[in-house]
Amino acid sequence: MTATSTTRTVVTPARIVRNGISRIRYEFLTYFRQGDAVFFTFLFPVVMLTIFLVAFSSSNFFGTDAAGHSVSAAAYYLPAMLAAGVLLSGLQNLAIDIAGEKSDGTLKRLAGTPLSVTSYFIGKIGRALITGILQAALLIVLAKVAFGVPIPTDAARWATLSWVFLLGVATCAILGIGLSALPRSGKSASAVVIPIVLVLQFISGVYLPFSNLPGWLQNVASIFPLKWLAQGMRSVFLPSTLKAAEVGGSWNLPGVAIALGIWLVVGLILARLTFRWIRKDG
Amino acid sequence: MTTTAPAVEVRDLHKSYRGVEALRGIDFDIAYGETFALLGPNGAGKSTTIEILEGYRDRTSGTVSVLGVDPERGGLDWKARLGIVLQSGGEQGAATVREQLRHFAGFYPDPRDVDEVIAAVGLEDKASWLIRKLSGGQRRRVDVALGIIGRPELLFLDEPTTGFDPEARRQFWTLIEQLKKEGTTILLTTHYLDEAAQLSDRAGIVADGRLVELGPIDTIGGAAARVPLVRWIRDGVAHEERTECPGELVARLAAGGEPERLEVVRPSLEDIYLELVAK
Repeated sequence: MTATSTTRTVVTPARIVRNGISRIRYEFLTYFRQGDAVFFTFLFPVVMLTIFLVAFSSSNFFGTDAAGHSVSAAAYYLPAMLAAGVLLSGLQNLAIDIAGEKSDGTLKRLAGTPLSVTSYFIGKIGRALITGILQAALLIVLAKVAFGVPIPTDAARWATLSWVFLLGVATCAILGIGLSALPRSGKSASAVVIPIVLVLQFISGVYLPFSNLPGWLQNVASIFPLKWLAQGMRSVFLPSTLKAAEVGGSWNLPGVAIALGIWLVVGLILARLTFRWIRKDG
Repeated sequence: MTTTAPAVEVRDLHKSYRGVEALRGIDFDIAYGETFALLGPNGAGKSTTIEILEGYRDRTSGTVSVLGVDPERGGLDWKARLGIVLQSGGEQGAATVREQLRHFAGFYPDPRDVDEVIAAVGLEDKASWLIRKLSGGQRRRVDVALGIIGRPELLFLDEPTTGFDPEARRQFWTLIEQLKKEGTTILLTTHYLDEAAQLSDRAGIVADGRLVELGPIDTIGGAAARVPLVRWIRDGVAHEERTECPGELVARLAAGGEPERLEVVRPSLEDIYLELVAK
């Protein structure tokens, strides 16, 4: 019996990218076949937006625009729910999903194939991006059509939305991959990840108006990316008259870019250091 | 480039988990094109050995070479030459059989045809079913299909037929015979001794972290273990005797009156195995 004993280079960069795209398709397909994940991450912001709208339907404490019209609850909470959606589709969903894949054997199986970790990451981030876009579109359309929220028409605001959204998804997805190393098992993943995500949302101006929080809590929240993501979203959808309520009376978009950028780099390092297909000898 | 080096080479393999020795010095080779069965009771060290060869676990000491590569340093190009069927996991299975196979086929440079593989494992009728809707035995067949989709040079099968019905097992044997004909090297672990006897050229028996027996299937246990056994009952007392000439013994017994429950047994691999691991 003769056989080749040399290993040819078959896993080229082109194949890694091609496999990454194949992963995105596969991830997207299988994600929407999991009923619970779709509800708790995909539709959750829509549900919350509706609840806030109903709860605060007769309130007019969200400020007024330049023409003196008061800002509705739906209009006020739309940017907050967009930020929450990015956090859920990126960080919460990926952290729980990957922890689950680690414990149910999915990653062990992939580890035995020539799939590169990079292709796997491309798949996860790509799925977070596509589900995030669908979720944002659903929120914006619902807000406009059902709740009459004014949607900006000028290109500058849409440009801001684009980069804040893309940077936000990338950062949250990478942090989700990093955070997936924290739960010890797939079963405990929700219990570990959801409290982190919930607390972040409460202190970062998603559920509660940020300006109502005490200064020290605002300072704590400023360490984390969600506060900046929510602020960037507010700059797109809220009238500029509400800028006064922000820290320093400004949307501080450069601050948003820097904070999210730093967390993106931190997340990349964290994911690189902590991600393993399997726990050897665990 | 051709070589006579074995596909798998294991020398003095040791593995300890927090001071507990799981493997206490294992040595064996598998030649290219050979089918080798690793047998032994649960917890004997079969899976630890196979997972070290697959690159899932690091060894404590010893040397290991798989397709000329140390598994601890095996990269993606090396993995492209392997097929791995692990012991079954509990995956979500939110893809259909065909989607899953097509997706995995894309990872490999020269994959097999997806529909041919589905037919080879007998899942034509279930090709568009979600994997989570399949029975345990059918999911196991998907595992086997995923193991061979990349046209591996070396195939690891860790208890591949768990949960198979007898028909599926026969079908699986036919598939393995086909892979052998194509020159695939196979490392198999199984609890079904008839399966090992049917499929493998050689076997090693692991007990308590050591290889207690190694050789061609029909010599395992040595010649003495294969000597036919004659059993009978006379006056309520059970007798048994090993003899190379059972006919002669039976004739002698019959001359003294018909013995009760007379039987002549040729020890199967299973009998020999049970005797070996009991030591």
